[in-house]
Amino acid sequence: MNENDQTIATENAMANGHAEHDDHVAHNVAKHIRGYMLVGATLITFTAITVFLSYVNFGTMKANVAVAMLVATFKAGLVALIFMHLKSEKRMIYRILMFTAFFVLGLFFLTYLAWYDPITR
Amino acid sequence: MEIPYTVTARPDTGLWNAKVGIWLFLASEVMLFGGLFSAYVFLRLDADPGSWPHGLLNVPVGTMNTGILIASSVTVVMAWASLKMRKFRAYWWYMLVTILCGVIFLAVKLVYEWPQKFDHFGAFIKKDKLEKYEQYLGNHHLAERGLAPRREITGHLHNKEALHDENVKEYEIALDPVNADPTNPDMDRPHFLYVPPTDKVATIEKEDVEYANMFLPKHSAYFASYFTITGLHGAHVLGGVIVFTYLWLPMGTKLYKRNPEHLANRVEVAGLFWHFVDLVWIFVFPLFYLL
Amino acid sequence: MDASSGLATHADHPPSPGSGAAGDHHDSGHDHHELPFWRKYLISTDHKVIGIQYGISGLIFLFFGFSLMMLMRWQLAYPGQEIPVIGNLLGRMFGPGAVENGVMKAEFYNSLGAMHGTIMIFLGIVPIAFAAFGNFVVPLQIGAPDMTFPKINMASYQAFVIGGTVMLISFFVPGGAAKGGWTSYTPLAVLSDKGPTYDPFWNGQTLWLVGFIFLITSSLLGAVNFIATIIQLRAKGMTWMRLPFFVWAQFVTAFLLLLAFPPLEAAVVMQLMDRAAGTSFFLPSGLVVNGAPLHISGGGSPLLWQHLFWFLGHPEVYVLILPGMGIVAEIIANNTRKPLWGYKSLVFAALVLGFLSFIVWAHHMWLTGMGSVVSAFFQTTTMIISIPSVIILSAFFISLWGGSIRFNVPMLFATAFLPMFGIGGLTGIPLAFNSADLYLHDTYYVIAHFHYIVAPGTIFAVFAGIYFWFPKATGRRMNEFWGKVHFWPSLICMNIIFLPMFLQGMLGMHRRWYDGGQGWTLAGEKVWGLTGFQWNTPISIAAWVMGLAQLPFIINFFWSIWRGEKVNNNPWEATTLEWTAPSPPPHGNFATEPHVYRGPYEYSLPGREADFTMQSEPMTESDRKAYEAAAAAGVH
Repeated sequence: MNENDQTIATENAMANGHAEHDDHVAHNVAKHIRGYMLVGATLITFTAITVFLSYVNFGTMKANVAVAMLVATFKAGLVALIFMHLKSEKRMIYRILMFTAFFVLGLFFLTYLAWYDPITR
Repeated sequence: MEIPYTVTARPDTGLWNAKVGIWLFLASEVMLFGGLFSAYVFLRLDADPGSWPHGLLNVPVGTMNTGILIASSVTVVMAWASLKMRKFRAYWWYMLVTILCGVIFLAVKLVYEWPQKFDHFGAFIKKDKLEKYEQYLGNHHLAERGLAPRREITGHLHNKEALHDENVKEYEIALDPVNADPTNPDMDRPHFLYVPPTDKVATIEKEDVEYANMFLPKHSAYFASYFTITGLHGAHVLGGVIVFTYLWLPMGTKLYKRNPEHLANRVEVAGLFWHFVDLVWIFVFPLFYLL
Repeated sequence: MDASSGLATHADHPPSPGSGAAGDHHDSGHDHHELPFWRKYLISTDHKVIGIQYGISGLIFLFFGFSLMMLMRWQLAYPGQEIPVIGNLLGRMFGPGAVENGVMKAEFYNSLGAMHGTIMIFLGIVPIAFAAFGNFVVPLQIGAPDMTFPKINMASYQAFVIGGTVMLISFFVPGGAAKGGWTSYTPLAVLSDKGPTYDPFWNGQTLWLVGFIFLITSSLLGAVNFIATIIQLRAKGMTWMRLPFFVWAQFVTAFLLLLAFPPLEAAVVMQLMDRAAGTSFFLPSGLVVNGAPLHISGGGSPLLWQHLFWFLGHPEVYVLILPGMGIVAEIIANNTRKPLWGYKSLVFAALVLGFLSFIVWAHHMWLTGMGSVVSAFFQTTTMIISIPSVIILSAFFISLWGGSIRFNVPMLFATAFLPMFGIGGLTGIPLAFNSADLYLHDTYYVIAHFHYIVAPGTIFAVFAGIYFWFPKATGRRMNEFWGKVHFWPSLICMNIIFLPMFLQGMLGMHRRWYDGGQGWTLAGEKVWGLTGFQWNTPISIAAWVMGLAQLPFIINFFWSIWRGEKVNNNPWEATTLEWTAPSPPPHGNFATEPHVYRGPYEYSLPGREADFTMQSEPMTESDRKAYEAAAAAGVH
């Protein structure tokens, strides 16, 4: 497709009285592009770091798992905050995710607790 | 009355409908994969010490796939940004790359990684017969180092009919390095690069074996959770690819002429889903490939 | 970096004048092209049609699930005797493996039990109480034209139909329908039907799992839609604290479904892997069946299934009851002609209920050998969760106080809900204690307890809701007299059925015996003149009579659709927005965009001529004075 489409699109936007606003948004988005590339590079780097760290023994299995999960959480945090725009999302979304986080942690913690503390073991 | 806020945001929540919808859906997805991962944790904690397998997967291939997925996350966010800046051609290219990344990811999984596993074999020796196969297991050596004993002998099965034919009384296995030279720490798992089975062939009597199978889901709790979680994740990747393809083909992009913002919103929603799929893989990769 | 907030140049319509209550019957003139029948009623995307589809299919499944129980009651009251009239027919339908010479086999009894639970909960009550009422009423009550995602709404219903069909098909596969109980506890469920003729797909338990995946998908799509609708499509002025309590109840319910169902979906997928791919997620090592060790890898955990199942299972209990509470709240406020007492505390109680319901699940698992720390934790949370339930029930009771109550049919059912739910709730408290539950676990006491909540509880609320909103859906009212003929026998039979079960349970009678406890010593002990076993007979007779008592409802329902008394748009003189729309509401619901000025239960507002003031009526000077006076007196 081509510029023709863009012209139509712009005309549409003008008709809707959004033209000024579109410029503003476009400018805003353009500012972030370098950030996206940077995050992508960081994620790839940290993937390499996880692989490297997995061949280092941190003493116990628990420590190894903790290190790997720490790196994974950092990467996941980057994806969620930057790529998924959670850095600046609306309050309603945060509320939904807070509940979800609470329940998923409950699921993990309590099944762990039940494993850890049976009557016969 | 028409349904409002399909493209523009509702003033008090600041959100358009699909954005709320996708985040709610992702919340349920968090719980879905949360359930699977908590099952994984539960089974792993429940396993006998030392019996959870290590280093059975191909790390470089897994790392490559991780990289592909991360790259596709970057391209999809770029596709969205291009639409926001009304650069349709850039959008089209970024979307194409995203779709290709998804397809490559799936192809690597389905054509290379999984079949390679299905072709591998493992036999768990009965507890009272471990001594008989000491030359392949090296448990004395492990005991000296204070490590948990090995119970499984793995490699390529020469006589595949042994799996079904009751008249065949033994398994002939071209041993993996770890069983070919069990006292050599260099042969021990994990290896960064894939090490093929050796030429050394062992014969294992069926009656000494507690349970033996190819590396299928039914091989062990480890492979059961590996195939289930990566299978479900793969289904999500496939779903994402289908949606992206729709948004990339003319039938999806004709919306651009009518209302470019609406298409940008759709790409954002599909992108959010895609990032989530990436996010799940970020945990799958270390849990199954590295730990 | 927010993409869209800048776009929110929301056209500010001037507030439309509140549309009056009474009868303008003509169409809104919005959507005039006629759709063909199949698009209008079979694959419609209109929330009202989908709600009615859900309602009718749910009622059919509800009656079907009840019929399964009527069959089981024969076996319990007269174990080993030939089923009268339909015994031979059943034998021909399900084969001699299920019913031989008119006598029910144990396997068939187990199938009936498992499917009764599954159908009643997932194909009966959830579709009616949540999906049907939620779909039909919620958008109307919040002043929305439709659900946010109409096509997803349609997909949700279609997934439900597929899931239900798969469940029904499973009755006719070799070996019959699933027989591992509605909880499908492993390893029993994973191993069931695994005889020499085992087909990894074509068997009852596997089809149960497949059907379940569709039902879960349906619920998830529905839940996303409900929450998004309530967040996004509230009419102007419809602030959160002006939502009718029914909408709040549906909102919390949708969250429960959204977040509690996926772990079960994960578990169902794993059990499906166990059955179809031979994995051992839920099978421990060293399992021996019929004296032979199983050829499996082992290493799984049956407890894991129970955790994941009850992680859904307990929130599911509130999924069943919360919509019922919402319906009852609307009807009580309407028929006492006074504001619902303690609206805010009701809302917060519902939220707390939903929140806590996620961290009480292991109280279903006291007998699995959990340690004292876990037990203490779950016992405490279980105790705490009774507080919001009691707040809700108390608020309803207090709402009755000093009201000039109209005992029409919806109100009869709603009032009956209160003591019935109360009995069900209070008898749950002994079960919450680890030590008391050791004795009562899996006895008829448990059956009586939860049936009091869902059968005379939720189902009565559902009936109340059907009688109440029927005029909105059809423009006609259901017959009052036949409604009462439906109500009284149902109420009496419900209690004859479930009260004696408490006695049976305390005798120690187990809920899964297929001979009704005939051979068990303690079931021979007499309470109130009958032995535990003999009590089965009056219970069964009451169950069959209750089946008959539903006939007036069925006839009334269909008769009223075409022949019922025609009524205006607001026959109950209610205050919420759905009564401002025409009956039945056209596509798009409202002719003009509704605007909300006040809370949902403004009955008997001082200074007003009518004893009800609709949410869409603008404030007057006298209203303002009335509110100020009320605030000064500390009311509201």
